Amino acid sequence: MAGLAGLAGTGVAVKTLRGRHWVSGAMIGTTYLAAVLATLPLLLILWHLLKKGASSLSLAFFTNMPQPVGEAGGGMANAIVGTLTLIGIACVIGLPIGIGAGIYLAEKRTTPIAQTVRFLSDVLNGLPSIVMGIFAWEFLVRPVGHFSALAGGAALGAMMIPLVTRTSEEMLRVVPVSLREAALALGYPRWRTSISIVLRTALAGIATGALVAVARIAGETAPLLFTAFGNQFWSTSLREPIAALPLQIFTYAISPYDEWHAQAWAGALVLISIVLVISLAARFATRSRFGAPVD
Amino acid sequence: MTAVSAQAQQKDRRRLRIHDAAIGDRIYEIATTLCALVVPALVIAIALAVFAAAWPAFAKLGLSIVTSSNWEVGAGQFGAAPAIYGTLVSSAVALIIATPLAIGVAIFLSEFSPLWLRQPIGFLVDLLAAVPSVVYGLWGIFVLVPMLRATVMPFLRDRLHLGSTPFFSGPAYGPSMLAAGVVLAIMALPYISAVSREVLMAVPRSQREAALALGATRWEMIRDAVIPYAKSGIIGGIMLGLGRALGETMAVTMVIGNRPEISASLFAPGYTMASLIANEFSEATNDLHLSALMAVGAILFIITLIVNAVARWLVWQVSRGRVSP
Repeated sequence: MAGLAGLAGTGVAVKTLRGRHWVSGAMIGTTYLAAVLATLPLLLILWHLLKKGASSLSLAFFTNMPQPVGEAGGGMANAIVGTLTLIGIACVIGLPIGIGAGIYLAEKRTTPIAQTVRFLSDVLNGLPSIVMGIFAWEFLVRPVGHFSALAGGAALGAMMIPLVTRTSEEMLRVVPVSLREAALALGYPRWRTSISIVLRTALAGIATGALVAVARIAGETAPLLFTAFGNQFWSTSLREPIAALPLQIFTYAISPYDEWHAQAWAGALVLISIVLVISLAARFATRSRFGAPVD
Repeated sequence: MTAVSAQAQQKDRRRLRIHDAAIGDRIYEIATTLCALVVPALVIAIALAVFAAAWPAFAKLGLSIVTSSNWEVGAGQFGAAPAIYGTLVSSAVALIIATPLAIGVAIFLSEFSPLWLRQPIGFLVDLLAAVPSVVYGLWGIFVLVPMLRATVMPFLRDRLHLGSTPFFSGPAYGPSMLAAGVVLAIMALPYISAVSREVLMAVPRSQREAALALGATRWEMIRDAVIPYAKSGIIGGIMLGLGRALGETMAVTMVIGNRPEISASLFAPGYTMASLIANEFSEATNDLHLSALMAVGAILFIITLIVNAVARWLVWQVSRGRVSP
């Protein structure tokens, strides 16, 4: 109770009881205010996105290619397809490795290697995405001599690995040991126990983790500057530079043209809709599986 | 078929199956171990890539990359001091704004919130982390910056008479260190509040009950019994937010003004390491320029690596319960 020793030390006894309750009420009120202030930015951003983005949003936006300034009817079809392609590559790289590493951590728990891997994936999680871009550029763009969708997907995939690793581990740990023991007692080999019993039980949770990771990387821009680079034309080749929604929004936002600004807002509205839908899906996937999270 | 041979056959088959299982277990173990080892390999590969790319610049320019504030591509001068300064100052501004708010929300959610509000508000704050940084940047350019220029900056400078201090003096440009700090504050907030909430929830109930039983008001309970217990975890959360702010690229690039000068005023444009790399990478004219940008990336890598490692260590201490209250 070292903390409570502070009670006497702060001279609380000198103040009147009413004064202390007044201070208490004021501070509690302040935390209410903090809650309001903290939720305000998100609501403001969503409001502005809807207000400024919805008017430029039409079917043409999804089906047309970008147009030069002054020509009406431009869209971001190539950027939307490009972003989906990049997410696809990232998932192919990030999901198997991340889930595999998660299984390892959940099964080995306290071995030195597991501790190190756990710590490093947390650290990796906090590394700036632009550093991830430099990494992919050095290994996948520089030796080849040109930007490519593959390099962009690899950078995003590398960002997914630590995220998926940690969420998978946490979900696998929740699976009761008795389930595993029951399977082993029935003569299942360890690997089948892990795959058809443990992994299957935790599948919804792991899927949630994967969705959260996808939501995180879907809007990443910085690593793509060095890797996917962006493309004004239609391209689905993995060896060529590819357009991406965040890159297109960035280019349009810093341009001096009003029409492009409007396009940027529309693009941002599409991007945040994708991210929000994925985030909400992730949230409800866990909720229905495990019931409401316990506080 | 005699009974003996049938028995032998069955035994054989069983041995075979056990053998299969052993091989399967082996393959399974090797596969998951390899996956796990990808993580440390990735950290090493990232370090190698960044330093390999940065090496020519470090060899040629030495420490002047860090100390010089002269960044002239034509003259072969690459001093990134203004960018390093800008990174540190914008992150500091972000933390000054975000920390009280984030801890306030965390306390609200863990102690005072009505049950029905807890989920939605927690979710809304968490969602801030999901908003792509380019969206923050777009909002920053067209909503936040004009608002700062038109109302907040004149208010701070003229109404509050802060113009006499060097921090709030000079013309209100709009794109500025302050704008970057505000955007970064919004972006760091969910990280700080998520970790703080988690460690506050981890404080044992008995700790709170004991304080109340001794006659503490609800606020005194938080201040004297809960926060000291959760302190190092909260500091860890703040450092995680700091890590985010230091490395953030797109949103900052879009609102900070990108001018490589050191100015005490938060109203003046600035530069950060990440935005320097993002801006000049595609226009890098020669190998030294490119390598100098990578050197800036290497410095950023080291700083964020240290900040994150310390942050994680602090949070772990609390969640493992190794810290005595």
